Amino acid sequence: MAIAPRQKPMLKLMIVDDSNIIRRRIERSQQIARLEVVGSANNGRAAVEMFLRTQPDVVTMDLTMPEMDGIECVEELVAINSDVLILVVSALADKATAVEAIEKGANGFLCKPFSDRQLNDALEELLSEAEA
Amino acid sequence: MFKESEIRTFIEGTTNYFETSAQQSASVGSPYLVTDGKPGAYEYTGVIGITGARKGIVYFTAPRGMLTVLLMRMQETDTSDENIKDLVGEVANTISGNARRDFGKNFVISVPVIIAHDLEKVTTPYQRSFVIPINWRTHSAKLVVCLE
Repeated sequence: MAIAPRQKPMLKLMIVDDSNIIRRRIERSQQIARLEVVGSANNGRAAVEMFLRTQPDVVTMDLTMPEMDGIECVEELVAINSDVLILVVSALADKATAVEAIEKGANGFLCKPFSDRQLNDALEELLSEAEA
Repeated sequence: MFKESEIRTFIEGTTNYFETSAQQSASVGSPYLVTDGKPGAYEYTGVIGITGARKGIVYFTAPRGMLTVLLMRMQETDTSDENIKDLVGEVANTISGNARRDFGKNFVISVPVIIAHDLEKVTTPYQRSFVIPINWRTHSAKLVVCLE
C-alpha cells in the first residue's frame, strides 16, 4: 500500500495595508495556495486586534498607515508572538527604515512598487523560513 | 530650497512605478516650473504631505481612463470609484516613499489625501512647483512636486 506524502499544514496569513488594491494583489499571489488568509487590516491598530483574534503565522505589513504605523505594529505583534514571520511591504525605500523594521522583528522587506514575481519570491523566501 | 537637480529622484520613481506595476513603460516629458501656484490637476489626485527635513506636498494626478487601465494591468478587475481613488493615492505614496532612497529617513511622508471630481480643491502650499508630465499609452498625467 502506497503511503501518501504528509501534507504540510497551511500557514495562516494576515495582510496589513491601507490600500485595498495591495491587499487584493497579495491575495492573488501564487504562493497564496500555501496560505490561508485569516484576515486583513487597513491600519496598525486594527491589525493588532485581528492578530490577537486570528493568531496568524505570517503577516505582510505596510509601514505608512493611519492610526498606528507599521513599525510600531511590528513591535507590538512580535511582543505578542515572537515566532510570527513578518514581511514588510512598503514604499519607504531608505536603508535606515528597512534596518529599523528588521531590528524591531520583521523577517523580510519588499519595496513597493513590486512585480508579481518579486512578491512571489519574497513570500517564497518567508515561507521557506517558516517551513524550515 | 528644492533644487532642480533633485527632480531626477521623482522622475526615476515615476518611471519605475509604471515599469514595475504595469509592466509597461511610461514616457516622462521635460519637467517644468510653475510659479503661479496653479500646476493643474486631472479628475483624480493623490496628495502626500511632506514634513521633516523638507516641507510641502507631492501629488500625482490622472484621469479615470488612465487609472482604470493601470488597475487592469495590475490584474485588478474591480475598477470602482473606490479602487480608482485607492490607486491614485497608492501611486503618490509609492513615488514619494521611494524618494527616501535619495532624501533619507527625514523625508517624512503622510498617508495620501484623495481629491476626486473637484479640480478646484487641488492647491499647493507655495507658488513654485515642479511639474513632471507623464505619458502612458494614450493617457496623460502629472506628478507635481511642491517643496519649500
